[in-house]
Amino acid sequence: MATTAVKTKKKYRFFKPRQKKLNRSVAGNGLLFFIMAICGVFMALPLVMIVNNALKPLDEIFQYPPKIFVKNPTFENFSDLFTVMSDSWVPFSRYILNTIIITGAGTFLHVIFASLAAYPLAKHEFPGKKTLFNMVVLSMMFSWTVTQIPNYMIISWLGINNNYLALILPACQYGMGLYLMKQFMEQLPDSLMESARLDGASEYSIFWKIVMPNVKPAWLTLAIFQFQQMWGNTGSMFLRDEQLKPLQFALQQVAAGGTARAGASAAVTFIIAAVPIIFFLMCQSNVLETMTTSGMKD
Amino acid sequence: MASKDALEVAKKQGKLGYRIKRSKSCYVMMAPYFILFFCFTVLPVLISIAFSFTYFNMLEWPTFNGWNNYIKLFLEDDIFLVSLKNTLIFAVVTGPISYMLCLLFAWIINEFSPKVRTLLTLIFYAPSICGNAYMVWSLILSSDRYGYLNGILIKLGVINEQILWMQDADWILPCLIVVQLWLSLGTGFLSFIAGLQTVDKSLYEAAALDGVKNRWQELWYVTLPSMKPQLMFGAVMQITQSFAVADISIQLAGNPSVNYAGATVVTHLLDYGSTRFDMGYASAIATVLFLLMVGTNKLVQKILRRVGE
Repeated sequence: MATTAVKTKKKYRFFKPRQKKLNRSVAGNGLLFFIMAICGVFMALPLVMIVNNALKPLDEIFQYPPKIFVKNPTFENFSDLFTVMSDSWVPFSRYILNTIIITGAGTFLHVIFASLAAYPLAKHEFPGKKTLFNMVVLSMMFSWTVTQIPNYMIISWLGINNNYLALILPACQYGMGLYLMKQFMEQLPDSLMESARLDGASEYSIFWKIVMPNVKPAWLTLAIFQFQQMWGNTGSMFLRDEQLKPLQFALQQVAAGGTARAGASAAVTFIIAAVPIIFFLMCQSNVLETMTTSGMKD
Repeated sequence: MASKDALEVAKKQGKLGYRIKRSKSCYVMMAPYFILFFCFTVLPVLISIAFSFTYFNMLEWPTFNGWNNYIKLFLEDDIFLVSLKNTLIFAVVTGPISYMLCLLFAWIINEFSPKVRTLLTLIFYAPSICGNAYMVWSLILSSDRYGYLNGILIKLGVINEQILWMQDADWILPCLIVVQLWLSLGTGFLSFIAGLQTVDKSLYEAAALDGVKNRWQELWYVTLPSMKPQLMFGAVMQITQSFAVADISIQLAGNPSVNYAGATVVTHLLDYGSTRFDMGYASAIATVLFLLMVGTNKLVQKILRRVGE
């Protein structure tokens, strides 16, 4: 049986040319490619629409019935957007700085905190382990809408209202991150950590030097989720000062300008989507590169 | 004498205090996360549950009213029962199908070469990252003849006059289910893709020698069992998503929708929480929804333990 499998390998160079793949038939590959092409068209619709809308001149934006594809592409919408941005009361560079601080800190700290907490939960035995973990999983099932009011109360009690921390600290403790990291760490063989422990490595250096590099796909994926979440946050619930508000808030203000700003608003939609997509591509290509390191597992 | 000492030592090690002390480094590592978690999740959830036993309009201090919110919810509120029914239909239909789709597409994408894989992942994740799903679907489901779906169906001669997809109580729920399925490749999908990267490649070679003949057998006997942790994670995320459907319903069908055909538990909750300012009642709805999800989770985890057996 193994011999038949060996025969089919390396036939279709399009599919993983670098590796010998076992158990793959040409017909199967063709079928899968066909399925992906059909579904891909539907899934790519929002991307296609955002790009086309951003390039449409005003008359095409208001055209009825609406068309998906642009006829006379132009960059007018972007120049309109930059004109609006340059007269804003708070300079746009300030909004960009705020976003970098909030999104950067929120993403980085969440990945670190969640991974640090996930490691003992996945690989150590200690009293209270099960309870803590179950609490995290169950917490994801409580509707976020009704906890907003108590959350607001707690943030005012802590006195971090109208402060970056009001957005950053709650973002560091989302249940999903810990759960994701814990599930991936659980897969690591114990022998990996055991040998380091015998060499006298501390738990922290095991965490940094052995656990984290081995679950790279997990924390890169988590970074994608968290970045998307933080980038989409307008912060209008907690931040009162205009100087503290993130770019997302400013852009949505521009887009809310109604008919007169329809062009700029299409450009805003493009920018709002483009930033997380760029981040996604950077992380995801790294996720997919980590796969060749099979020697790390036993 | 020596055995007595050993017994003493064992007793000492079994004590809770000793075990806590020995795991000190574990607690230190978890501290930053869990301190924040208690402040910003556990405490708010407990406060919300407490609110569910009160009348609270967000202006005055909440007043205690016992089980009244829950009694009203199940005995007097007809719309809640409609929304509960819709939510259950949503969850039962979209939950398992979305989950399978996430897994299927993640697995198919994994069959391609790495460069193609990044591009395909982006395309399939696009509905979750672009955030303009409503725009696309309101064009497709537009109720005049220029709506793409109506236009195509009329051209093909399937229907004679346009269907008001989002105004017709019979069509709202099926349409919303299709849109939800289209949106389903999100969190679970990306975690499956990451999970597939961590499957040990030597297992496939071993499996081929053991008589695994095609990719389907490989999937069931090798791939799925080695990514069980990710399957569990995906299931929990799927449950939280399918039971909390609200956004697409509000954006496409409105809140309240025609004859409450698109009402879900969360749209009902939003109606009370942010339109009528009855936080006590909204909290009661949230608590019921929470219990529903916890129960489903227990069931699903039981099923998933059997994968690959």
